[in-house]
Amino acid sequence: MKKLISGWTLIKLYTILVYAWMFAPIVAVVILAFNPQQFGTFPLEGFSFKWFVKLSQNSTIMEAFQNSLVLGSLTAIFATAIGVPAALAFIRYEFRGKDFLNTMLIAPIMIPEVVLGVALLLFIRWLQQPKSFALLLIGHVVLTLPYVLLIVQARLVGIKREYEEAALSLGASPFQTFREITFPLLAPAIFAGMLFAFTISFDDVTATLFWATAQNQTVPVKIFSMLRTSISPEINALGAVMIVLTVSIPLAAGYVARRFARGNTP
Amino acid sequence: MTQAKDPAFVRFKGIEKRFGDLVAVQPMDLNIPEGSFVTLLGPSGCGKTTLLRMLAGLENPTRGDIFIKGKRINDTPIHKRNLGMIFQNYALFPHKTIFDNVAFGLKYRDVSKTEMKEKVEKALETVRLPGVGNRMPSQLSGGQQQRIALARAIVIEPDVLLMDEPLSALDENLREDMRREIDNLQMELGVTTIFVTHDQREALSMSDKVVVMKDGFIQQQGEPEEVYNNSVNHFVADFLGHSNFLAAQVKTTRKDGIYEVALADGSTCLASPVGDFEQGEKAEIVIRAQKMTLGYQKDFVQEEGMNYFYGKIKDRSYMGGEVSYFVEIADGQLLHVINFVKRSPYRRKDEVYIRVDPFHCRLLKQ
Repeated sequence: MKKLISGWTLIKLYTILVYAWMFAPIVAVVILAFNPQQFGTFPLEGFSFKWFVKLSQNSTIMEAFQNSLVLGSLTAIFATAIGVPAALAFIRYEFRGKDFLNTMLIAPIMIPEVVLGVALLLFIRWLQQPKSFALLLIGHVVLTLPYVLLIVQARLVGIKREYEEAALSLGASPFQTFREITFPLLAPAIFAGMLFAFTISFDDVTATLFWATAQNQTVPVKIFSMLRTSISPEINALGAVMIVLTVSIPLAAGYVARRFARGNTP
Repeated sequence: MTQAKDPAFVRFKGIEKRFGDLVAVQPMDLNIPEGSFVTLLGPSGCGKTTLLRMLAGLENPTRGDIFIKGKRINDTPIHKRNLGMIFQNYALFPHKTIFDNVAFGLKYRDVSKTEMKEKVEKALETVRLPGVGNRMPSQLSGGQQQRIALARAIVIEPDVLLMDEPLSALDENLREDMRREIDNLQMELGVTTIFVTHDQREALSMSDKVVVMKDGFIQQQGEPEEVYNNSVNHFVADFLGHSNFLAAQVKTTRKDGIYEVALADGSTCLASPVGDFEQGEKAEIVIRAQKMTLGYQKDFVQEEGMNYFYGKIKDRSYMGGEVSYFVEIADGQLLHVINFVKRSPYRRKDEVYIRVDPFHCRLLKQ
């Protein structure tokens, strides 16, 4: 007897349903962003960019946007500046307490953000310091450091020690070896780590809610507070912008990294 | 080449290396003559690579000194030692062109742009790969990559060329070619070369001097023929080539230097001793598989002063030019015999005699 529906077809169907379940709301947000009406209904009753225009005229949102960009960029820079040397130390050198230190730096990835948010807040209270942009930045660096560390470490393991040893034996000093050999081979990973850090910082809500002050609201926090007061279609437009940014940046990064890596995969 | 060669161009003096409790290199002295090709041979974990890496400056000796050209280099960092190093996996810089790879070492030496270009081109010609300068390493085959690695190492005119198992990543046929090529190149350039390998054929075919190592100790050093024919102990005899070992006890010593010894089955065998033995001393005879001759009884006229073993062929494998036999002799011991095929090879279950000159029965201390 021939089965009408095989197991594989069922699995395929199920997979499609899961994806639809996960992505339908996101698609809805993007579509509704172009809906000219105040209240979203399907099908669309027209097509317009008016909410995007309104968005660009909303100074508090633009300010939040600016905050997010600055915070994300600084987070990326600091997380990389700390993460790359740390990764080098963990992979290339032997020292006491290495495993413990590594675990501690990776830990934030395993701790719920709420806990992390409250913890840092309590810590700053204990130090009797006010909430500030610096606090927010430190928090985001803690949050994103594990990603930079893991990505760079994974790549470093792949860069054989022999490359560095060969360079040294040919007369390059340790610094020249790093500049000429290790860094160029590591660059795609550093770049990827930076973008990861930026993206994570850019769309983090939970922990940021605890740390952000009135002056340095980020976009996700802003969206969150907007949702509490009203349901404006502007949020859809803002959501659409956020989605495009957080999806396209890693994609672009992946593309660039692949171009980078062409011809130098060991 | 009129100048006298320095017999201790590279000198290890009381060198020792420990990793924690593990002694990788036991305290040892070793001299490497100028312009020679010396092989460090041994199984993995014997300390050969550690010795090489200490010379390269990639490991610090726990004790002892290293000299190159009479100058102590213990405290000289690796990049100031002027050594050419070749790795098992080539270690060409994957993000640099072949030209930039070969030119890398010249950047840190006082060499002008035009001179650099000339030198790189000459080095590429030397390894018979001219015109690949613009390619990336990944576009070359394994053998070609290793030749580029060779070019990169020799272009800086190093004092010593260090090679760490450079052929083991290549496949069998290529290895043979590369072996000859490295050998010729070394002779042409006359650069002092230290070659680390676990492959006895590489060691025997290329070297001026072989240093056999085990467990951090030097077992024997000398010319390939010397080490092969006059192995001083069980390990060296076993590691190089195919050897048979027979337990023996010294019966009488003779004036011509040949000893009579008793084998396990009580029969007498003539052997040439390596070292001095006392009467009744327990020892061991080593016989190379190629030094024995097989024959049917009718083929041999029993000669005085020769050793004969009677046995039955248990197993054989035909290898084209030669045949490898396993012959069961008295006591059930198997002797490994390798003979050239004259007419047709002997067959399984054939009853044969094995003849071996006492000169090739070497009596070793236990």
